[in-house]
Amino acid sequence: MSERVGVYICHCGSNIAGKVDVVGLAEWAAENLEGVVVARDYKFMCSSLGQELIAEDIQKEGLTRVVVGACSPHLHEKTFRRACANAGLNPYLCQMASLREQVSWVTEDKALADAKSRALIAGAVGRVQLQEPLQPTEVPVNPNTLVVGGGIAGIQAALELADAGRHVFLVEREPSIGGHMAQFDKTFPTLDCSACILTPKMSDVGQHDDITLLSYAEVEEVKGFVGSFEVRVRKKARYVKEDLCTGCGICIEKCPWKVKDEVFEVGLGTRKAIYRPFPQAVPKYPVIDRENCAYFKKGTCKACEKFCPTDAIDFEQQDTFLDLAVGNIILATGFDPFDAGRIPQYSYGKLPNVFTSLEFERMCNAAGPTGGRIVLRDGVTEPQSIGIVHCVGSRDQNYNPYCSAVCCMAALKFGHLVKEKTSAEVTSFYIDLRAPAKGYEEFYDRLLGEGMKFVRGRVGDISDAARLPGEKGKLIVQVEDTLLGRQRRIPVDMVVLMTALEPRADAHQVGLKFGISCSMEGWFTERHPKLDPVATMTDGIFLAGTCQGPKDIPASVSQGAAAAARIQGMITKGTVLIEPVVATIDAERCSGCRICNNLCPFNAIEFLEAEGVSHINQALCKGCGTCVAACPAQAITGAHFTNEQISAEILGLLYDARQPVAEPAAV
Amino acid sequence: MNEQPFEPKIIGFLCNWCSYRAADLAGTSRMKYAPNVRTIRVMCSGRVDPTFVLKAFANGADGVMIAGCHPGECHYLVQNYKAMRRFAMLRHTLRALGMEDERIRLQWASAAEGNVLAAAVDEMVEQVRALGPLNWRERFAENGRMRQAVERLAEEHAQAMEVPA
Repeated sequence: MSERVGVYICHCGSNIAGKVDVVGLAEWAAENLEGVVVARDYKFMCSSLGQELIAEDIQKEGLTRVVVGACSPHLHEKTFRRACANAGLNPYLCQMASLREQVSWVTEDKALADAKSRALIAGAVGRVQLQEPLQPTEVPVNPNTLVVGGGIAGIQAALELADAGRHVFLVEREPSIGGHMAQFDKTFPTLDCSACILTPKMSDVGQHDDITLLSYAEVEEVKGFVGSFEVRVRKKARYVKEDLCTGCGICIEKCPWKVKDEVFEVGLGTRKAIYRPFPQAVPKYPVIDRENCAYFKKGTCKACEKFCPTDAIDFEQQDTFLDLAVGNIILATGFDPFDAGRIPQYSYGKLPNVFTSLEFERMCNAAGPTGGRIVLRDGVTEPQSIGIVHCVGSRDQNYNPYCSAVCCMAALKFGHLVKEKTSAEVTSFYIDLRAPAKGYEEFYDRLLGEGMKFVRGRVGDISDAARLPGEKGKLIVQVEDTLLGRQRRIPVDMVVLMTALEPRADAHQVGLKFGISCSMEGWFTERHPKLDPVATMTDGIFLAGTCQGPKDIPASVSQGAAAAARIQGMITKGTVLIEPVVATIDAERCSGCRICNNLCPFNAIEFLEAEGVSHINQALCKGCGTCVAACPAQAITGAHFTNEQISAEILGLLYDARQPVAEPAAV
Repeated sequence: MNEQPFEPKIIGFLCNWCSYRAADLAGTSRMKYAPNVRTIRVMCSGRVDPTFVLKAFANGADGVMIAGCHPGECHYLVQNYKAMRRFAMLRHTLRALGMEDERIRLQWASAAEGNVLAAAVDEMVEQVRALGPLNWRERFAENGRMRQAVERLAEEHAQAMEVPA
């Protein structure tokens, strides 16, 4: 039976119609393409009127197939499938041709744009006639959720879900949750004390009946799909039994080994070999740092074990593995600060009084290594002048082209803290001052009033080479003041480098583990940059916080809450539809050669010994089609991407190149 | 009789997760590139059956591009490696048939690399333009050398398959 195809060409305002002759294209399709019974063009096919046009034709013209030439199927395939389904046509009998992303937006020449549009429409018309009705499978959604990363975004997401009565597994790599926010002193622009607003949320997480907190743990492996993921978590050995430890801290007090704390105190302070990153850590259980513990290095000491009142120390503890079943996953893995040592002219690591912003945060923090005093590297001298350098490693083609979004406001906050705590002069060296959120511009105005100085220009060099009077013993900031239009040398006692936010060094590996992709820089890619910044291309995996891109605390919290809301919706609905794009083996044609058996990375193909044929477990099949392409007997069919459908598409795309098939010469 | 300049016709197989998205990105970024590649969306570069490529050539394509995720970044873990192995064999076979290497290209382009895909398309189109039309049927019919090459290939395969006594 021949199919009745309807072709719909979208103008997309002038987005497509400005380059492609849409009217001519529809006429051409109606006249030249076999099977086409209706071809129309319309201003906006995705509008409800455009969709009604399709629905009407399905009913009145008895269409059995629909082709929409519009934008990318990644944008509106769902829209048009739904329109077909509403009119009683199986949604998988609708095919899109990307005339906007692949033709009108990328082509200069109008005639060539018309030729390519015709090819894409001809390909879609050829293929759609061989498409078959399919039914998506409905699978249940496991109400448990995994949150990876216990910074503010992960904490918010976990609490939102747990407060709604859903169970959450929160996995954190470090010994305590809290993330970068726990290291900060104050938060802009309201100057709330960071710990004061964060620690209550941390203890909520620690005490919540519906949150299983797995700190000092990492995700090893992720299997399955939306609704039912199987996750393997490695819980690293703490060498402290969590069921016995009361968190009294005597072990930490008695441990005789001090080491530099490179993580929480960013090298400014020390901690013991058995430690808690900070006093309000959640969970309260300490961790033994194997690298620096005298017992692990030399076999003696055990001071912690001797003094522990509950016998909670266990030097024999091993890493353990937990297998979790969850329906959805939120990634909130955060950022890494830019390594300021990579910019040699800023002399970080060479000149002692050049600090990074994170070091300065710790210094300002009353619980930090200097007790909140702003002092030079010697630990005593109060600086008389401080220079704050913006955009260190960001907005710089040599390092990262993007803006890190938070540094301008953090620099203003630092200016305020300096003014509050010392009598020092503060000068900010900025390129552009960015204060685009609620209360931010007002904060900038406030700092102008407080006497913070601003020099517009990128700092070229920071050195201690004194040339002019008054420069001796100072750090000299060399900058082109672009408002004055001249070079300046500004001597200061201390420099703070506002380092960029960078993607985690292992973001690519983590992305692969969860089956999601990264941008060129390494930020996780959201499903849509504007309309869906929370979901990813992999169903059931969501993003929150800075792992998706630089953002401040309010934005991270919003995204954490949004991810939780999305998942809560899926749990409430109870089931999720899975695309029916899977492979099947025709047992009649299968020769039992087993070539396909080892091709599947999801172990979906098994060999049935009794029947002597291979068989695909459709629940495990992800629909990549590699086995379909490999089967020498063509016994495997990949639904919605069959050999016949793709071949028809090839022939359609080459509508203007095909030559009459010559009879093969007799051999 | 044909006054128009030669415009190569190239079939592009783009994987759904990386390269098709790269094409989307090139579009939303309004990057301009050659309109000669007509694309087919497949779920994975591993889905590209070598016979699709032959079919395209046999039906008038002057070139074929297969584009997928970078090695190690496949949405289906490792299936692009399978595409890569098939591509090597396919190129070997096509070379034996006398086809120029530039007519078939394997291109990695992640979802963030619209510019990479666009540049690859531009480069390939220029290379194929320089080679001229493929005219597979005519070449096969007229060129005795190619027939010999096919026969030699069949012989080589037969030898390779022979089990030593």
